[in-house]
Amino acid sequence: MRRLAARAAFVGLALGAWQVASSLATSRVLLPPPADVLAWVGRAAADGTLAASALVTLRRLAVGYLLGLAVGLPLGVLCARWRLAEDTVGLAAVGVQSLPSVCWAPLAMLWFGANERAMLFIVLMGTVGSIVLATAHGIRSVPSIYARAARTMGSKGLHTWTSVIVPASMPAVVAGMKQAWAFAWRSLMAAEIYVVVAGHAGLGLLLHYGREFHAMDQVLGVILLIVTLGVAFDRLLFAPVEAALHRRWGTGRTP
Amino acid sequence: MSGSVDRELSPAPPLKLSLRGVRKSYVGRAGPVLAVDGIDLDVSEGEFVCLVGPSGCGKSTLLSLVAGLERPDGGAVLADGKPVVGPGRERTMMFQEHALFPWRTVEGNVRFGLELKEGLDRATRGEVAEHYLRLVGLEGFRRAWVHELSGGMRQRVALARALAPNPRVLLMDEPFAALDAMSRERLYEDLQRIFAARRTTVLFVTHNVREAACLGDRIVVMSARPGRVVGEVRVALPRPRDINRSDVVEHAREVTRLLSVPAGAAS
Ligand SMILES: Nc1ncnc2c1ncn2[C@@H]1O[C@H](COP(=O)(O)OP(=O)(O)OP(=O)(O)O)[C@@H](O)[C@H]1O
Ligand SMILES: [Mg+2]
Repeated sequence: MRRLAARAAFVGLALGAWQVASSLATSRVLLPPPADVLAWVGRAAADGTLAASALVTLRRLAVGYLLGLAVGLPLGVLCARWRLAEDTVGLAAVGVQSLPSVCWAPLAMLWFGANERAMLFIVLMGTVGSIVLATAHGIRSVPSIYARAARTMGSKGLHTWTSVIVPASMPAVVAGMKQAWAFAWRSLMAAEIYVVVAGHAGLGLLLHYGREFHAMDQVLGVILLIVTLGVAFDRLLFAPVEAALHRRWGTGRTP
Repeated sequence: MSGSVDRELSPAPPLKLSLRGVRKSYVGRAGPVLAVDGIDLDVSEGEFVCLVGPSGCGKSTLLSLVAGLERPDGGAVLADGKPVVGPGRERTMMFQEHALFPWRTVEGNVRFGLELKEGLDRATRGEVAEHYLRLVGLEGFRRAWVHELSGGMRQRVALARALAPNPRVLLMDEPFAALDAMSRERLYEDLQRIFAARRTTVLFVTHNVREAACLGDRIVVMSARPGRVVGEVRVALPRPRDINRSDVVEHAREVTRLLSVPAGAAS
């Protein structure tokens, strides 16, 4: 209850600071007050733009992220298991990871055209590296004593993998998945601002139009929505899993 | 209790262990290390043998060889006359660090080995796990997570986990080294009670000569670099033994004398 109050107070304070800052600004265009932004959100919600764009974006995000997991998790396991994969795929993952994925946009447009596949490609390139690296690192960090103990109790081969290595690596792998989710958002927003797919306006495109028309209430409204979605997904998707892991390992307690 | 639980809980016949000229070396950063060399050791069915020796003399290496986690470079490790080719649940092990799985509850840890046994249904596994948790005095902690237990409780769970698959040999690598004297002494009592009720061959590594004299039928003394057997002490005292009894202390003194003999002079 006290934590809820603290959060509410924090949000209220931030809104107040915003209000003050916008009243000090030389023009409403530079920094529209919260009321203007909320009014835009209300209009966009009422005419359906907001829901439609959010849906387009979330669909891309979900498909791209799942694709990243589908490619990244097995490659990560391979890197942890096999020196040759570590030296090749692992190196490529470090490279891809260090490159902002919007850099792929020109190529993606050329290869796929301005369409969904180009979007997914950019999201994939933004997520897969961090998933590979986190998975490989998570698996390699599993203390060997767990597998040794399991083997003395008759576990071997695939069983050791599924019932020892995989669960033991979960804290690191989940942390990697969470980081990749953040990367997916960043990649997709950059991609949506850069690549315009006709008839499929995502949140990034709304940002793009907001800039074109100097509609900062729109830009801030979309930012607000993205932040809200980000927090919501963190709470719904990752927080319960993290809490379960913390309970098991006895980690993550705040003092 | 159903028939399959009874069958599961009746102790398996103990194994006889024989090590013949066992040699094992490791290749480490500093080059090859001959960990143990020319080890001859027999442990008869149901015997409780303690291994003592200076740090680095290859005690853990010997246990890993018997467990089948490592293969010897020379010589043979035999269980009931058959070469050990890999780990298996008839030879379970308790490690110096508890090595319990943090992602499983206390009961989940004890069930681990049981889940690998064919022909046990859920209910049977549950009853067997329950039995061993009661045996080590932790029946109230079935659903606790590992980090919620004290060091002594963790080692009790590790003991229950190692016993649950009904091994014929139990390998224990300094299981109580990290515990305070009081928890240790309680565990000595419990261990003696448990092994009075079941005959299991035990190979028990320790640094603590009093602990060895308190628990073992026989104490095998090793020297370091490379690890060799330099002598042994038989302990024919009645059980249960109190670690502070003068005859236990007397045997411990004898072990200490053997340990202080310079290597080479012993053979
Ligand atoms: N995985 C390994 N790689 C390289 N060298 C090893 C390895 N394991 C053990 N050794 C070496 O083998 C020797 C015996 O080690 P071992 O762990 O069996 O000793 P120990 O008697 O159990 O010692 P302690 O009482 O300190 O636990 C040591 O010199 C050690 O350096
Ligand atoms: Mg050791």
